Amino acid sequence: MIKLSFPFTEEKVRALKVGEEVLISGVVHTGRDAVHKYLHEGGVLPEGVSFQNGIIYHCGPVMMKQPDGSYICTAAGPTTSIREEPYQWQVIRDFGLRGVIGKGGMGAKTQAACKEYGCVYLHGIGGAAQVLAECIKKVRNVYFLEKFGSPEAIWELDVVDFPAVVTIDAHGNSLHAEVYEHSKAELAKRV
Amino acid sequence: MSQLQDSLVELIRRTSAEIPDDVHQSILKSLENEKKGTIAANAFKIIDQNIALAKTKSQPICQDTGSILFYVDVPVGYDQITFAETAREAVKLATKKGYLRQNSVDSLTGKNDGTNVGPGAPAFHFHQHRSAEVSVRLVLKGGGCENVGAQYSLPDGSIDANRDLDGCRKAILDAVLQAQGKGCGPGVLGVCIGGDRATGYEISKTQLLRRLDDRNPNEQLDALEQDILTTANELGIGPMGFGGKTTLLGVKITVANRVPASYFVSISYMCWAFRRQGVILDAQSNVEKWLY
Repeated sequence: MIKLSFPFTEEKVRALKVGEEVLISGVVHTGRDAVHKYLHEGGVLPEGVSFQNGIIYHCGPVMMKQPDGSYICTAAGPTTSIREEPYQWQVIRDFGLRGVIGKGGMGAKTQAACKEYGCVYLHGIGGAAQVLAECIKKVRNVYFLEKFGSPEAIWELDVVDFPAVVTIDAHGNSLHAEVYEHSKAELAKRV
Repeated sequence: MSQLQDSLVELIRRTSAEIPDDVHQSILKSLENEKKGTIAANAFKIIDQNIALAKTKSQPICQDTGSILFYVDVPVGYDQITFAETAREAVKLATKKGYLRQNSVDSLTGKNDGTNVGPGAPAFHFHQHRSAEVSVRLVLKGGGCENVGAQYSLPDGSIDANRDLDGCRKAILDAVLQAQGKGCGPGVLGVCIGGDRATGYEISKTQLLRRLDDRNPNEQLDALEQDILTTANELGIGPMGFGGKTTLLGVKITVANRVPASYFVSISYMCWAFRRQGVILDAQSNVEKWLY
């Protein structure tokens, strides 16, 4: 297991390779369908939010509001990333992301952006909402809650030892492309 | 709160937080089967920890608590309207308690009012039967796996699938290939051969109500189920699409009549976080028995 801690510098992410397991610690922001479309269409991040040397987490958590107005995260696994494929490359380029946490993998555009700008795709375990919520030690803030609704809002989280697998690295490699090609060839032998 | 509402909230809680035993057993078997130290085996370990943690904490196994699908078998004369009204209230309450995520969005305005209740949500499938028994089955089906469902119209030249069982086999295996890890594999397939575009999908989902360890009473379909399960697990897609020996946990297939001009194969993909539970209710709407 490799420890990947904030700040997520280009040097740290360029050192990672496909297939390596990492434990992520530091600040991450959630952002999924609505946020990516919004940024793609020229939207700006709310004041106080920066993705520079940051990690975005494709996640729509379950958040429970406490009497004092703070939030506790009670479920937080990754959502399917491929829906952000049309937008992700641009968000990496324009906002300085170093990591994208999600599940299911992403396509050629994201793979190319990871290589060009120095970013990695970190695959969480889809469906493991409780194990991953345990890694979220604090909900620091929330943005666009009214605008996009709770699952689609930008939640600013403190995570400790969040487990993920590097499946797209900053050197042009993708485990998803490899597994797809392999499984396609195996299927061809069997139909 | 009525007894019916009380029982339905408990059904929702248990469905969201506790994986049915047949699915858990299948996951444990798959974990043993993967090579130790691989990312596939480690993925299964996290999955198993997650199952235990969700149950202990009584919190959602997966944050995507999905489309809420009720399958309700009722005697003739049962008041379905009151049932549906009560179930909608139960869904609202279960959402407030955090058993369900605020997960239902107005498709026109994009607004999420946080209740999980709206047009078509939750979904009800009522069936009358000539028995006094009231049974309620619930499936919570996440969006990731729903999005990799597929419907093929045979013949399909792109995968060389003709209008026969071999063509159905090619279509189903192609759906597995296209899904890769995107539907949170290892998955379970519910398949309907025949029907129309709407009933095909609808009936495919009813196959997800079958226990994983059952066998299809129809010999031909049973053989097809076993063949697809074995073949899919030879493709090396693995849990989460990481590569590995377990791509599917189960395949359940049924048939419906079709019109001569149509030949649909409809495939619903269920993720490993297979949230399915059911109850039989007594005359006072208490839970008399859990079904899975």
